Amino acid sequence: MARFNSLIDSLGGTPLVGLPRLSPSPDVRLWAKLEDRNPTGSIKDRAALYMIEAAEKDGRLEPGVTLLEPTSGNTGISLAMVARQRGYDLICVMPENTSRERRQLLEMYGARIVSSPAAGGSNQAVAMAKAMVAQNPQLVMLYQYGNEANARAHYEGTGPEILADLPTITHFVAGLGTTGTLMGAGRYLREKVPSIQIVAAEPRYGELVYGLRNIDEGFVPELYDDTVLTTRFSVGPLEALRRTRELVEQEGIFAGISSGAILHAALAMAGKALDAGVPAEIALVVCDGGWKYLSTGAYAGTLEEAEAALEGQLWA
Amino acid sequence: MAIEVRIPTILRSHTGGAKTVEGSGDTLGALIDDLDGQYGGLKGRLVTDEGALHRFVNVYVNDEDVRFTGALDTALEDGDSVTVLPAVAGG
Repeated sequence: MARFNSLIDSLGGTPLVGLPRLSPSPDVRLWAKLEDRNPTGSIKDRAALYMIEAAEKDGRLEPGVTLLEPTSGNTGISLAMVARQRGYDLICVMPENTSRERRQLLEMYGARIVSSPAAGGSNQAVAMAKAMVAQNPQLVMLYQYGNEANARAHYEGTGPEILADLPTITHFVAGLGTTGTLMGAGRYLREKVPSIQIVAAEPRYGELVYGLRNIDEGFVPELYDDTVLTTRFSVGPLEALRRTRELVEQEGIFAGISSGAILHAALAMAGKALDAGVPAEIALVVCDGGWKYLSTGAYAGTLEEAEAALEGQLWA
Repeated sequence: MAIEVRIPTILRSHTGGAKTVEGSGDTLGALIDDLDGQYGGLKGRLVTDEGALHRFVNVYVNDEDVRFTGALDTALEDGDSVTVLPAVAGG
């Protein structure tokens, strides 16, 4: 540990810790990048700081400006913290079916929340934010889904940190949301370790979240380039919850639910390596801690009860 | 050969409201052709005129995205599970 001039200066440099009990053999090992050890407790701090600093450099931001961002929570919390330090206001457009803690944190950091209907999921939050910016051109939307600084934060930060700590890496497994982590860290790691497997774990929500009116309202982030990935898994809530609990029970890591989904995909890759009899060093991302999800019921009762409690919620 | 296919809400107008349907085929493309025979119009919602998966449709075989396993040529076996979902934003 070291000393820093401010909280923001302490961003990144997160630990990579072994998962000795969850690793299937001494030759097939799992390592977790603990991104909850960032200033507001999630990996999104990296993208938020990079996007704000890029906009400052371009002259799009000066004190008093109002930022507007569609987010399911973590990016908003990160932006709110940095924005308050730098003198910007922030409005977050967020689906109403996100956890109470996320809303409370945003309000504490001084952000305003505009709710989008649960039935439209994040897609509708994105559409609403775009419409608001079109009507109010003085608002600045950093737009995490298409902002190259989001991916660059991981190309210059997350990726190099992981390679420095695990030069023998064979797999990198992360969550797929804005796709910034996988595009940035994935590109960096592939350049340095051409044989590496880059694996995406995508949360599969309950039906409500996919209640679009038509397929053309679907959404693929502008940052996404599928040539960076080796493969992509869809992970449902039951598997994500089971793995989230294994993380805390077996390794002592109290993580958010999306990290359970990522562990599930990582264990699938570990199983393939074990079956093939080849050694593997698998780095996976723990995106955030479990604190913001306690009210969802994810950590109480049986797995089936927790799954029922998550129905209709945006849990990643 | 029976393969269970999970259909998202938005496409259930083609399946009489059914959440899951059964079809057969050695590949995903053959399965979709078989389903289109049972549920007219379904193929047009999943596959473009050029014969590729629609940009905003994701299809998973045993939870793995078919765009990384051969797309419509992805091989299927009895007992495989196929899930169709619209693409949504995260973050």
